[in-house]
Amino acid sequence: MPVLRVENLRKHYGSVEAVRGISFHVCPGEIVGLLGVNGAGKTTTISMILGVLEPTAGSIHINSVDLLRRRSRALSATNFAAVYAPLPGNLTVYQNLRIFALLYGVRNFPDRLESVLDTFNLHRFRNTKCGLLSSGEQTRVGLAKAVLNCPRLLLLDEPTASIDPASAREIRATLRSFAERTQTGVLWTSHNMYEVEEVCSRVLFISQGEIILTGDPRALPAQYGKSTLEELFISVAREPLDLGALQS
Amino acid sequence: MNLMRIAAIPLRQLYLYRGSVARFVPLFAWVTIDMVLWGFMTRFLGSLSHTSYRFVPALLGAVLFWDFMTRVMQGVTTAFFEDVWSRNFLNVFATPITMPEYITGLLVTSVGTSLIGLAVMIVVASAAFGLHFAAYGAMLLPFILVLFLYGMALGVAAIAIVLRFGPAAEWFIWPIPALLAPFACVYYPQATLPVFMQWIARLLPPSYVFEGMRAVVSGHAFNGAYLAAAFILVIAYMVLAYWIFASVFRHAVRTGLIARYSAETAS
Repeated sequence: MPVLRVENLRKHYGSVEAVRGISFHVCPGEIVGLLGVNGAGKTTTISMILGVLEPTAGSIHINSVDLLRRRSRALSATNFAAVYAPLPGNLTVYQNLRIFALLYGVRNFPDRLESVLDTFNLHRFRNTKCGLLSSGEQTRVGLAKAVLNCPRLLLLDEPTASIDPASAREIRATLRSFAERTQTGVLWTSHNMYEVEEVCSRVLFISQGEIILTGDPRALPAQYGKSTLEELFISVAREPLDLGALQS
Repeated sequence: MNLMRIAAIPLRQLYLYRGSVARFVPLFAWVTIDMVLWGFMTRFLGSLSHTSYRFVPALLGAVLFWDFMTRVMQGVTTAFFEDVWSRNFLNVFATPITMPEYITGLLVTSVGTSLIGLAVMIVVASAAFGLHFAAYGAMLLPFILVLFLYGMALGVAAIAIVLRFGPAAEWFIWPIPALLAPFACVYYPQATLPVFMQWIARLLPPSYVFEGMRAVVSGHAFNGAYLAAAFILVIAYMVLAYWIFASVFRHAVRTGLIARYSAETAS
């Protein structure tokens, strides 16, 4: 049973179609990459799955709960981290995590707190205000918040965008192990194709609001006559409607 | 309604007040200054007058009650502004918290902050200027309740304005009490106003409270129908304020304004 099922999802802003009837799913323990150029519709899709943007049409089921009808219940099985949504800088790491634990209904907070502080190596920042942390440390706090409620579905919008390669590798390993251990389904957007190949078992290429390509990120480049995923990404970005030509 | 989610909102405010003198001091500093200023003004007016009019309960008491209502409103708006200032909307509204729970959390926060201001005002006004609340008799609690509920309604309507028009609309919010004060007849009887202003005054619950206060301290009976009108009006304002916020919130979710709030527009 998928943890996320999106069916025929559409979003119009007036006459502009930002998302054009996309359908996909994410299974437990699976990490799915959502790829596309800037403005392709990735963040619009994520905003709709987070319940902060109402779709024009279509349905979203999280853990078999209809998000549009039972928003609160569906969102209690979800969490997210995004580079554009840092936690309030005027609260400490502990205070932020305490507040979001209440908002997500985390019952055994002291244990969960210790666990996420351990996972993301944040113990020494426990009483530091988030605004005083480096961007990489803030990213780790955001990720700690994102796994606080042991979500069934985790949405990560460029989670390693602002961190150095060594820390990024560590974080990728941590998140992969978290998804495998807890069978959390992850939808991961990134512009780093090396990262996508490393963590995602399946990718969805989105262009002009439509999913135009899907498959295993390690096998896809060869299928389309490209040597790397990055090359394929660039080709798809330049000629999104000419996938047949690409394959031949 | 989930109590854990509601509790998150006042807890966040508590953390902020605990860690910031700049946030904590204004809870009582401005109301203390107001009490001192109007306390001396009341004394001065009393020394000029040869009537038996009781300036302390009629004027200083009115200022105290009006400040309390203002604090209630600002208790709601300031807690909301913290999410605006820290760009926290996406984080908060992507959680399971429902809109009624969020509003309830803001109201609970306002109860706490406004009661601190009220307690300080009571101490200053009674210790320094001899304001005795016995002067209002049994009407004291209904008066406070009407102002309390009206402050909440104003606060909820005010945050709807800021949600709809963006962070810069904060500057529409701070002067609201000053704009309403002339119509609410805080300092003078309703009959002092021109007729068109009296009609507006009749639509504002605080005007009934302040008319009632002056009647009670002058030894006249207070018309119960006026109090009933004040309660009916204030409940109508609460329903209206909630409806406005709910409509604005739905609009924000439909247009994507919450996800792009710092842009101040969804288009």
